[in-house]
Amino acid sequence: MENGALGKVYQDSQVIVRQGEVGDCMYVVQQGRVAVVQERDGKEVPLAVLGKGDFFGEMALFDREVRSSTVRAIGEAQVLTVDKKTLLRRIHEDPSLAFRIVQQMSQRIRELDAELVRMKASVLSLE
Amino acid sequence: MLEEKIGPWRDETASKLELESGSRVAVIGGGPAGSFFSYFLLDMARRLGIDLRLDIYEPRDFSLPGPTGCNMCGGIVSESLVQALAVEGINLPPTVVERGIDSYVLHMDLGSVRIDTPLREKRIAAVHRGAGPRGVKDTKWRSFDGYLLELAMGNGAHLVRGRVTDISWKDGLPQAKIQGGPPQAYDLLGIATGVNTSALKLFEKLDLGYAPPKTTKTYIADFYMGQETVNRYLGSSMHVFLLDLPQLEFAALIPKGDYATLCLLGHEIDRPLVQRFLDAPEVKQCLPPEYRVPEDHCHCSPWINVQGAVRPFADRVVFIGDCGVTRLYKDGIGAAYRTAKAAATTAIFEGISAEDFRRHYWPACRAIRADNALGKIIFAITRQIQKRRKDRGGVLRMVSREQRTERGPRRMSMVLWDVFTGSAPYRDILLRSLHPFFLGRFVWEIIAGIVARIWSINGQKH
Repeated sequence: MENGALGKVYQDSQVIVRQGEVGDCMYVVQQGRVAVVQERDGKEVPLAVLGKGDFFGEMALFDREVRSSTVRAIGEAQVLTVDKKTLLRRIHEDPSLAFRIVQQMSQRIRELDAELVRMKASVLSLE
Repeated sequence: MLEEKIGPWRDETASKLELESGSRVAVIGGGPAGSFFSYFLLDMARRLGIDLRLDIYEPRDFSLPGPTGCNMCGGIVSESLVQALAVEGINLPPTVVERGIDSYVLHMDLGSVRIDTPLREKRIAAVHRGAGPRGVKDTKWRSFDGYLLELAMGNGAHLVRGRVTDISWKDGLPQAKIQGGPPQAYDLLGIATGVNTSALKLFEKLDLGYAPPKTTKTYIADFYMGQETVNRYLGSSMHVFLLDLPQLEFAALIPKGDYATLCLLGHEIDRPLVQRFLDAPEVKQCLPPEYRVPEDHCHCSPWINVQGAVRPFADRVVFIGDCGVTRLYKDGIGAAYRTAKAAATTAIFEGISAEDFRRHYWPACRAIRADNALGKIIFAITRQIQKRRKDRGGVLRMVSREQRTERGPRRMSMVLWDVFTGSAPYRDILLRSLHPFFLGRFVWEIIAGIVARIWSINGQKH
């Protein structure tokens, strides 16, 4: 079945996206898992682990900022690249194609909100 | 002022025909167009809180190998469609994709050249529409059409395993009937029968203003080679042939699991032409020495749509995919996806009257038709290049040079990639091939080829 896997194979710990680099595509995990980490003051802060069907790097499609995080393969991972131009053209033709991207971004905002509440609550409890 | 020119933003009186909770939808044909339409219609309805009942009428069982479970097609899911589907959350699994394609090899009488995608990534999927060719020994992969149908059913579609034998109207609603069953009334009919069926005749008597597409015959065959041999001789490349054979617009050998699929497109492909193609040395070099095409190999000569249908919509009726408008020669599955989504979004967000489809569905079809007109020009140019040795030499030199250098624009490589894989609109391809740098380089390579040939001949004389 390995002949039928789409995308590109990344080996364990191989960097798929590097924080600070300019990006012009997003990625969809086809098989395996990837880790999203952010480097801050020389330390790596783990943000998320993504699996089959999840996508990352989508912010580069909608803003012109550099990549906000580094993404690495955990074990062997197969990841499909989605070109910015191809996708934006399709979204222009068919805006409903963006539904799922918006849905996932919305889900991430909810998770961030929940995380923020947890952090503020723990600060308040310390006070 | 602007409104006077273009009319009101939305004429609220234009449509009173809409889908609402409890509406019934019939989709006739469970191939990619029918399954995509069902999947997205139900998905969007759910987002709006509309509860639909949707029946897909499909007589074929896609879990069966051979013609009984096959929708007759080369079985390539284009690069752009693979990406769009991934964004939609439809990631084609390796149990369906028999081979991921990351490159193609262009074969001509003057030589062959391999063209890799810049990312060197497998983004084209080679699939079988059914469960495999007739006589398949071991069904290792699932049918692509079956996979999409299951997705639609997972979204709530009901499968009616039967062939629709009659379509009629009653009390302003279309009715579908299968043999031995009573007519079923629906609020909307999505017609996705393709063109290789007599079912389209059912719609002629309804006087919808619909005229079926114009078609031409193609040739598709599956050759058993075994996975190891396919790996060794074809690899993960699509093999494309630019041969000077009359009637032939395009020829490709597509590696799959245990099989290689031969796909010939052109005008009225007949058996002698197929044999001449198979006898060509450029083709033989892609197959093992002494390889003989099995006598009982699975093959078919399906019709394909080469000029879209007239008025593929009416009140409560919409024609999707091949029986409506599709892309010329390439990416028919991609066109099925695009028209299915356009029809589904129209039905959910705008309405289901003929006027709604004319305003919101027809523009998507018209864009494909307009692009096909440019596609015809591209294929006419390709045909001329196929005929002229000097031009073929120019193509080969230009592509070879581009593939040798890591950096720099790969103008010819990308134009050919998009022509052969169907990954970009024909308009884009034509514009890129009319770019002065592209034309200048191509003419330069043709002249360089002629000069090199003259020197070679003179060298031999001396």
